[in-house]
Amino acid sequence: MSKSFFIDTTLCTACRGCQVACKQWHALPAEETENRGTYQNPADLSFDTYKLVRMREQVIDGKLRWLFFPDQCRHCLEGPCQDVAGEPSAIYTSESTGAVIYTANTRQLDAAEIIEACPYNIPRKGADGTLAKCDMCNDRVENGLQPACVKVCPTGAMNFGERDDMLALAQSRLTEVKKKFPKAMILDPDDVRTIYMVGFEPNLYHESAVASAAHFGITRQAALRRMFRPFRNIASQLS
Amino acid sequence: MTNHWIDIKNSDCILIMGSNAAENHPISFKYVTEAQQKGAQLISVDPRFTRTSAKADIYAPMRSGTDIAILGGMLKYIIDNKLYFEEYVANYTNAAFIVGKDFKFKDGLFSGYDPKTKTYDKSKWAFEMDKNGVPKMDRSLKHSRCVFQLLKKHYSRYNTKLVSEISGTPEALLLEIYKTYGATGAKGKAGTIMYAMGWTQHTVGTQNIRTMAMIQLLLGNMGVAGGGVNALRGESNVQGSTDHCLLWHIWPGYLKTPRASNVSLEAYNKKWTPKSNDPLSANWWQNYPKYSVSMLKSFFGERAAANNDFGYDWLPKVDDGKHYSWLDLFDEMYKGTIKGFFAWGQNPACSGAHAGKNREAMKNLDWMVNVNIFDNETGSFWRGPGMRPSSIKTEVFFLPAAVSVEKEGSITNSGRWMQWRYQGPKPLGNSLPDGQIIMELGERIKTEYAKGGEFVEPILNLKWDYLTNREYDPHKVAKEINGYFLKDVTVRGKSFKKGTLVPSFAYLLADGSTSSGNWLYCNSYTEKGNMAARRSQKDAVTGIGLYPQFSWCWPVNRRIIYNRASVDLKGKPWDRKDPVIYWTGDKWIGDVPDGGWPPLLTEDGKPNPKSKHAFIMRKHGHAQIFGPGRADGPFPEHYEPMECPVEKNYMSATYTNPTAPTYGTKADIYKTCDPRYPYVGTTYRVVEHWQTGVMTRNQPWLLEMQPQVFVEISEQLARLKSIKNGERVLATSARGKLECTAIVTKRMQPLQVAGTTIHQVGFPWCYGWRLPVTGKEESANLLTPSTGDPNTRIPETKAFMVNVIKL
Repeated sequence: MSKSFFIDTTLCTACRGCQVACKQWHALPAEETENRGTYQNPADLSFDTYKLVRMREQVIDGKLRWLFFPDQCRHCLEGPCQDVAGEPSAIYTSESTGAVIYTANTRQLDAAEIIEACPYNIPRKGADGTLAKCDMCNDRVENGLQPACVKVCPTGAMNFGERDDMLALAQSRLTEVKKKFPKAMILDPDDVRTIYMVGFEPNLYHESAVASAAHFGITRQAALRRMFRPFRNIASQLS
Repeated sequence: MTNHWIDIKNSDCILIMGSNAAENHPISFKYVTEAQQKGAQLISVDPRFTRTSAKADIYAPMRSGTDIAILGGMLKYIIDNKLYFEEYVANYTNAAFIVGKDFKFKDGLFSGYDPKTKTYDKSKWAFEMDKNGVPKMDRSLKHSRCVFQLLKKHYSRYNTKLVSEISGTPEALLLEIYKTYGATGAKGKAGTIMYAMGWTQHTVGTQNIRTMAMIQLLLGNMGVAGGGVNALRGESNVQGSTDHCLLWHIWPGYLKTPRASNVSLEAYNKKWTPKSNDPLSANWWQNYPKYSVSMLKSFFGERAAANNDFGYDWLPKVDDGKHYSWLDLFDEMYKGTIKGFFAWGQNPACSGAHAGKNREAMKNLDWMVNVNIFDNETGSFWRGPGMRPSSIKTEVFFLPAAVSVEKEGSITNSGRWMQWRYQGPKPLGNSLPDGQIIMELGERIKTEYAKGGEFVEPILNLKWDYLTNREYDPHKVAKEINGYFLKDVTVRGKSFKKGTLVPSFAYLLADGSTSSGNWLYCNSYTEKGNMAARRSQKDAVTGIGLYPQFSWCWPVNRRIIYNRASVDLKGKPWDRKDPVIYWTGDKWIGDVPDGGWPPLLTEDGKPNPKSKHAFIMRKHGHAQIFGPGRADGPFPEHYEPMECPVEKNYMSATYTNPTAPTYGTKADIYKTCDPRYPYVGTTYRVVEHWQTGVMTRNQPWLLEMQPQVFVEISEQLARLKSIKNGERVLATSARGKLECTAIVTKRMQPLQVAGTTIHQVGFPWCYGWRLPVTGKEESANLLTPSTGDPNTRIPETKAFMVNVIKL
């Protein structure tokens, strides 16, 4: 059984209900922010911000577009972070939902290595070295609820359900959306459980909207390094 | 809203102008999105490219304050290109009415203008009557003085070139919008307008909306699914509070506040009850005395009797010709004539136009009672920026109020749906529900008045029995609003027992045997129960999303008002796909019809004398393309805002709205075309904050997203002023100044207006010095002027002149 998100950015109004709902459900503190000449705030994902609506003004074919990208963990099918960590007590994939979960034991990992491994630049390190990111609201999902960000979305931009259903929805929406946005595409659907659809070139929304080849290269190298470091089992270290 | 939120999904074309629904009414985009997915076009017209514009098929920039020019151009386009729905226009609107010879329009002024009083003699705009006292009509719309021909003539000046010169909106975009929206004039097509304060907060606010209403009538968009004129209310219960007389000039249910010249109940009822001699006009307001007397019975109970005019004399009267609106109240407070003030769920130190004047005015108060869930800039005005607490004598009392989820009761949303809410958590600490505060206050005042004094009758006779076990009982109030039979009576062939709830306003009486706190809500809480608490998700047979048993909607649960205009003269829906109602031959199916009378024509095409004209709330049964009741003219006309960047009105010789109020204290400074204030300023809300931010600035997650007051300026203006994105700047107007963060953005563009480049800037008004704690984020209303619309006196906070400089 595997769940997936389908995030249709063509329907996102950047109301940021998802961003607040995420903070609320996870009881995350507000960050001290300032207006930096943009609506996007906080500036980036952080240890206290798992979900961030990125907002960019782009002139495309002579027309102003305000592109909204509700960024979050992709919950990769084969998570490079999980591979690099190689430590199921720190990073594991929930069998019931497919959520890639970070535990308090991530404090024992090499944070830089994990962050570097992520093709989407998602994990963030806390003051004590613990890593944090979107957990798919796994506690909600396991209790039959939708993730908080999906629950509050008014327009249908945020969707969540069985992976097959989400893939089918993505395909049918793509066919529809292409009429208005011929360059629309679904991002990395075979690799991730957070499947985005964008109306324009993904890099116009966010540089890490799609996984870059370079990133995967780094990830492979990191995985190789790990192979030469046997016995790195946090659980055994702790015991 | 004439329609309701869900109904937006039925639209073929959605115009969002004068509002920013994606940001300020985010849930509405559920239905906007649904309409778009079914092929509807979304048009956004706004001085600034917003999150609404980001989702629109067409976006057009405009100069704030030029909506009538743009919409007048659309009227002309619709007429010139014969896009109007002629059958609808001829039969359901007053387009066919013949206007009297006294009506004239010259140099931007209508006939009857008195420059001394800045008012019109509206009798000059009267219709011509036949020998029976019924307006003369020409349903062929050809008579030279029929409304349609006068309309055509009036807007013949509004050609796209001139409209573009005034508004700064490129001609090509105007034409694209006119063509796209005008296409909804086709039979079976519906266009809708979503507007809010971007239209109302102007010296021509009422006429902005009238212009759109006229477009909707020409296109046959009123009464139909996916159509209507839809005001998006800024608070969850603004519709409800307006229905229950939030405004000074209306009593509950839109009855009139009596004037001093309405010397008796009889005189009052006579003055405000319209009379029609047309047997086909339902003229629903002919029932006025039933509603006014039932309201007095509700106020004064058994003390109200026929021999004392049901207590009419106990209610306050306003002086004829005098205004008592927000701007006027603060003007009087500034002048020192108002000594006491209840700020109840409001924050005028930040929310009111010319906030600096309001804050100064508060110094003149002896006392202020601030009822709110948090302290705010109003309750703490005496310790605000620039104040010397030691020199301010005002005594401020703070009453902590329970928040909405802590109390039971109803709210009425923009779509007129009255929805009952249950109590969640109990009120925190010593905070109380508003109802409890009002009840206790009333009891204390009664006790004081019982000791004697001048004119104690209104207070002592007031019926005040809404407590159960010493607690405010919202059910008792809701039932009182609905109304009771006060004796055993037979009405319209039905017998009712004393003490039972009135089933609908059709059963209210003018003889004192019924009560109703608000006739419009009669039918909301009946012997069948609390209608507003219903939660059935079953749709009506027409399947257009009416959900008639979910909550309750005024009037009499009619979800789309004016729905008799959604069908042809035989009762067949114009739109077979999304019918609101239809005539089966002996009854109406679908929504609750606007009156149960049969269609105007029988099946074989003969006039049915038992029928009534479609627009039953209008005296003559027809919707008003010509509106002779407005303070500033029967046709909307473009006037410049009180502060504007152009030296003349390019449409006529009359510069600004000749009936708009201005004020004369030393704080009231207006600067137009002044080089010190060269840029058009406007204000707005953001999705992250609510109103002045009293609730949201106390909420760290929301402050995190929008932490500081900002000004949005174009890249071109930023270059001109050497302003960098994200740096602090100073904005000034003739009245005040505001430090804010510059957002330099492509979403603001300079406009070409009358051959010159005009820059616009915009500010959110959701900040105040109390929070965030830096004390540096202030209200944008420190910049806005005290002037407003002559009909409603809503302030002109959407168009004024400012400067922006580097700090």
